[in-house]
This record gives sequence, C-alpha cells and structure tokens, in this order.
Amino acid sequence: MKKLITLIVLFASTVVSAGTLVVNSNQSGESSKAAFDAYVDAFRAAHPEVTVVVNEFEHEAYKTAIRNFLTAEAPDVAIWFAGNRMKFFVDQNLFQDVSDVWADAGLNDSMASTKGSLTVDGKQYGVPWGYYQWGVYYRKDLFDNLGLNVPKDWEEFKWVCAMLKKNGITPITIGTKYLWTAGGWFDYLNLRINGYQFHMDLTAGKVSYEDPRLDATFAAWRELIDPGYFLEDHASFSWQDAQAPQINGEAAMYLIGNFYVPTLESAGVVDKMDFFQFPTIVEGIGVAEDAPTDTMHIPSGAKNVEDAKKFLAFMSNKEAATNWATMGGMLSPNKYADKPTNRFSVMGAEMLAAADDIAQFWDRDANPDMAGAAMEGFQEFMVKPDREAKIRARLEKERARIHGAL
Amino acid sequence: MTFWERNQLKLAPFLFLAPAILIFLIYVIYPIFDSIWVSFHEWNGMDKNGTRANGNPNWSWVGLKNYIVLFTDDEEFYVSLFNNIRWLLFSLVAIPIGLLLALFVNQRILGMRYIKSLFYFPFVINAVVIGVIFTWFYNPKYGALTYVLSLFGLDPIPVLAEEDLATYGIIIASFFPGIAYTMILYITGLTGVNREMVEAGRIDGAAGFTMLWHVILPQLKPATLIAIVVTIVGSLRSFDLIAVMTAGGPWGSSEVLAYKMYQESLFNYRMGYGAAIATILFLIMDIYIAWFLYRLFKNEKSEK
Repeated sequence: MKKLITLIVLFASTVVSAGTLVVNSNQSGESSKAAFDAYVDAFRAAHPEVTVVVNEFEHEAYKTAIRNFLTAEAPDVAIWFAGNRMKFFVDQNLFQDVSDVWADAGLNDSMASTKGSLTVDGKQYGVPWGYYQWGVYYRKDLFDNLGLNVPKDWEEFKWVCAMLKKNGITPITIGTKYLWTAGGWFDYLNLRINGYQFHMDLTAGKVSYEDPRLDATFAAWRELIDPGYFLEDHASFSWQDAQAPQINGEAAMYLIGNFYVPTLESAGVVDKMDFFQFPTIVEGIGVAEDAPTDTMHIPSGAKNVEDAKKFLAFMSNKEAATNWATMGGMLSPNKYADKPTNRFSVMGAEMLAAADDIAQFWDRDANPDMAGAAMEGFQEFMVKPDREAKIRARLEKERARIHGAL
Repeated sequence: MTFWERNQLKLAPFLFLAPAILIFLIYVIYPIFDSIWVSFHEWNGMDKNGTRANGNPNWSWVGLKNYIVLFTDDEEFYVSLFNNIRWLLFSLVAIPIGLLLALFVNQRILGMRYIKSLFYFPFVINAVVIGVIFTWFYNPKYGALTYVLSLFGLDPIPVLAEEDLATYGIIIASFFPGIAYTMILYITGLTGVNREMVEAGRIDGAAGFTMLWHVILPQLKPATLIAIVVTIVGSLRSFDLIAVMTAGGPWGSSEVLAYKMYQESLFNYRMGYGAAIATILFLIMDIYIAWFLYRLFKNEKSEK
C-alpha cells in the first residue's frame, strides 16, 4: 500500500512538473489583463506541449507579494519592472541570467532600445514586453485661443507659462499627494540640465544631493514655482484629482505618462488635447526620456526553466508582441512590432526612437527608500522652495545611510 | 468512575477555551515576541540566509542600533511621536461631545429612535470610506469646506496639504465615528442610572447642570472609563485614516508611529527598524494599559 502511494505521488509530481509553466502576473486591470491573456493564448497555440498556469495578482498587492513568492514558492515566470527594481532581485540572486534567450531569439537586435535597462554587469536578467512615454499633455484649444506655440526651449516654456497665467489659466496641473508626480518633474529638469549619466549616478547613490551641479536643477524648478505656475495646493491632490482642472479647461499642461490617454478619451476631451516633448533646457545635452519598461523574468527557484525560456523568447514573435503592448495601451519594445495607431502612442514611439537615452522613472531607477525620501523632499520643495538647503542636507544624510559615504 | 467522569467539570472549561487560546498564542502573542526579536536585527525581509548586493547578509544582529538610530538620528520619528501625542490629547474631545449627544437623544420624543440610529451610523461605516468623504470635504478646489468659507468671503484652506493642519484635519475626521461610539456607551450608561437617586436629587433642589454634574455623571463613571480607554487605544493605533487622507504627507508631517512602521518595513524594506518602532508603540500602549488595569483593580477593591 505504502509503495502504491509513493508511486502515485511520484507519478503525479512528474505530470505536474513536465510541461507545466507557472506564470505570476500583475496584469490585473481590465485592458491589461485582456492584453496579457492574448499573449498567453498565442503562446499556447504555438507551444501546445506546454500547459500555462497564470496566477493573477492585483497590481499593487503584487509589489509586496513578489518578495515572498520569489523566496518561498517561485513561479517559472514573474512579471516585473526594469531598472533598479529588477536589479534589487538580481542582487539577491533571485532572478536568472537569460542572456542566452536574448542571443537565441534575436532580442539583441529587436529589443536593442531597452536592453540597457535589463542589463546588470553585461548580462540580461529579463525580457521587456512593453513601455510608454512621458511628456507634456496639453490643451491645444487653450494654446490656440491665446496664439501660443509648442515651446521648444526653456525660455519659450516659461513664456508660455507666463502668458497662460496672465490669462487666468493655471499653466501646469499636478497632484503631488502620492509624491511620484514630483519625481517626474525632477527627472526631466535634471535630465535636461545635467544629462543622463549624471542623473543615473544620482539615482545610483554615487553623487551627493548637495552637489553644486544640482543647484541649477532646483533653480530652474524655482523659476516655475515662484511665479505660481503649478496648480495651487497640489499636495492635496492625487494624480487623478489633478486631471480635473485640465479636463475642465482651467489648466493647460500636464507632465505625465501615456496611461493618461484612456482618461482623456472617456472624459471626451481627447480631441482638444495634444502632446509635446519636454523642452530643451541646456543646449548640447543629449536628449533622454523617461520610459518606464515592464518586463518578464525567470526566478532562480523556477522549476521549469526550459519552458520559461520559451515563454520569454516568444516576445520575438512580432504579432504576439504587438498585441500585448498595444491592447494594454503600451508601446512594444520589439522594433519589428507593428507601429501603434493611437496618435499619442505614435508620437511617443517616434520621440523614444530618436532619444539618446532612456531612463525608467525616479522611483524605478533609485533605491526604494531613497526614492521615497527624495520624492517627499521634492514635494516639500515645490511648496516651500526656501527650504532647499535643509531638504538637500536631509536627502544627503539619507543617501549616505543607504549607499555609504562618498 | 473513569478519569474523564471524575474531572469533567474541571477540564471542560479549559477544553472549550483551548482553541481560542491556541489561536491567540499563535497569532497575537507569538508575533509580539517575534517582532521584538526582529527589532534587534537588520533585515530586508528577504531570505534570512541570503546576502545583499554589497555582500552583507540579509539578516544580521545589530543589538540596540535600531533604537539608537530611532532616538538620536531620525527627525521623522519625533514628528510621528508628537503626532501620536496630538492624536491622544485631541481625540479625547470626542468624549464630552458623545455625552452631550447621548443626553440629547435620550429624551422621549417622537421619532427619536431614528435620530439615534442616524447618529450611530458613522460608527458602522468603514474608516476608509470616512477618510475618502473627509478628503472630498477638505478638497481646496471643489470641497464643501471651501464652499462654506467662500460664503463668508474667505479663501480656501488646503487643510490636508498644510503641514501644521493636516494632523488636526485627520483627527477631526476621526471624531465622526469616535463620537458615535462614545454616544452609544453613554446611552447604555444612562439606562442604568438609578431613578431613585434622580428623584432624591430633584427633591433636594438639583436641576440642570448641578443634576448632571453631581448625580448623573458619577453614575456614568464606568462608561466614561471605557470611553477614555477605547479612544486612547484607538488614537494610538490610528493608521487607516492617515493612509487614505494624506498618506503621511505633506512631506511626512502627518505620520504617526503606526504609519511610519508600515512605511519603513513594507516600502523601505527595513524590517528590523519597523519592528523597533512597533516595539516602542507596544511599550507606550503597555504602560498605559498597565496603569489602567491597576486603577481598575484598585477601584474594585475599594468598592468591596
């Protein structure tokens, strides 16, 4: 009897492990879930020998759950984010090196634009499936009424703000209650003034927050804060709350990611909206853009590595890659994927293709605790700019605690 | 007689209690001691045997370091601590208001039952919903408060975005369920008021405030005691309203210890540091609860 049970257990376990691929997903929104399902279905059709089991998590809850399941009960594939968020787990030896997938599936060519954000010490630890642009979404009708053109440089940008303000329109809407929107502003100002490499050194904790090169970044920010170009009382508002003034036509510009577009469509103002790239501030600095990249990884504890690699390599399938990205409102990192049709995505794709460098976003490039403390400081600076020295000293203290003395 | 038949009466209560005690030990007592243990370590919440990027172990003994950093090198800790003290003091205001409401709804007037249940309603609503409602109320652009202020020609006050006002704004939101709860405690207390004593007081010429102060209130002492304890413990563990209304902001100025603990452990991955904050909070509550139990037993003894 005992032998029989062992036999059944053995048999059952082999049935489960051979050909079963467990995927943990955070694609819980309606459209993102449908998009991911399309990719899984296409994979099933192409690889009928693999049984795919998807465990879906709520998007925010996933961020805490992943730390448990990577160590306790690792799936074969886990969806996650590029940049520092990936590196955190790579440093813990929780993600596998998948450089062979990049080489074998031709991703080094088709995914070249996002390769950097998935590389640690020359090895790739994941495969991207989608990304999206950041930039200024603005009310074209308000600009036209006042005869304003899209600003190309910092002087023009400030002039546009001044004109809008003079005509009773809030130049820039923003809601900093959950802090990250302020991180977007810091990203762009610093990328345009000090360039990509300096910005990456800062997020990696290699540069002091009291470094004199940052003076110009904060000074430029102040040029918008002191005349009151940002939405008043922005610390009260979430990023969704801050949409209302723009949708009502009381505010003109919003620096945000492309995920804003579905709201504009459902609010019926999308025809009055347009998009422009964040203006140049210092001439001769390479153009870098924020384009957060969403990714897939194979945990070190994966049981079915062979099929997991097939699942990642399937991103080289042009059609599957296109569908997953566009159905979820994202851009495909696969350069052979079909071009997007939505006009904001088209502009985003062109802008990112021409960019010299791609950053992830403040809270994806920086360490989690440093990112949080810094964004709190940015919010405070946006309300109390006179405290700049105190804020930067505090951030530097925090940086030294996390990354060590310079 | 078997062993069971002889001892049935003595053993039965323990057997009935056993499941509850077991669950209490596993889910309440054990985590308390485990948290205290974690607070003497540096831990990022990952595999305890693993190593970090810089080669240090994920889990290492640091003795009292977390506490030393907390008390000597963390301004936010003091901000949180003082906010907790504000919560503690100002949330007590809910108690007299609850008493006034209880006296008001305790009258025999037609339809009073419905008014009673209306006043009690806030206590049944989830704290998150209350937080959202008050966030809308305070919204400096479209909120009701802004509208009321505009009637008097006043400028909007961004309560939740002002570092000096945010905590008070949240405490006022906490009155909403707090007053309802103390009101119920007092209504129950009022039904137990000795009518003969009220009559006797009336004959002696007591009425209005003198009646309330000298005859009614002393009899409501047990209700008052419970109201104070529940309000203070509630104020020390305040978390949900803060998370919903300000997320600790602006720039961390409305954080309390419970919220800071959550931030440090779940977002900043400093489990040991978070556990140290939890331990401090536990000690603060402990001192208070010990004092309270001591008072309670002393009172009971003197009454006997």
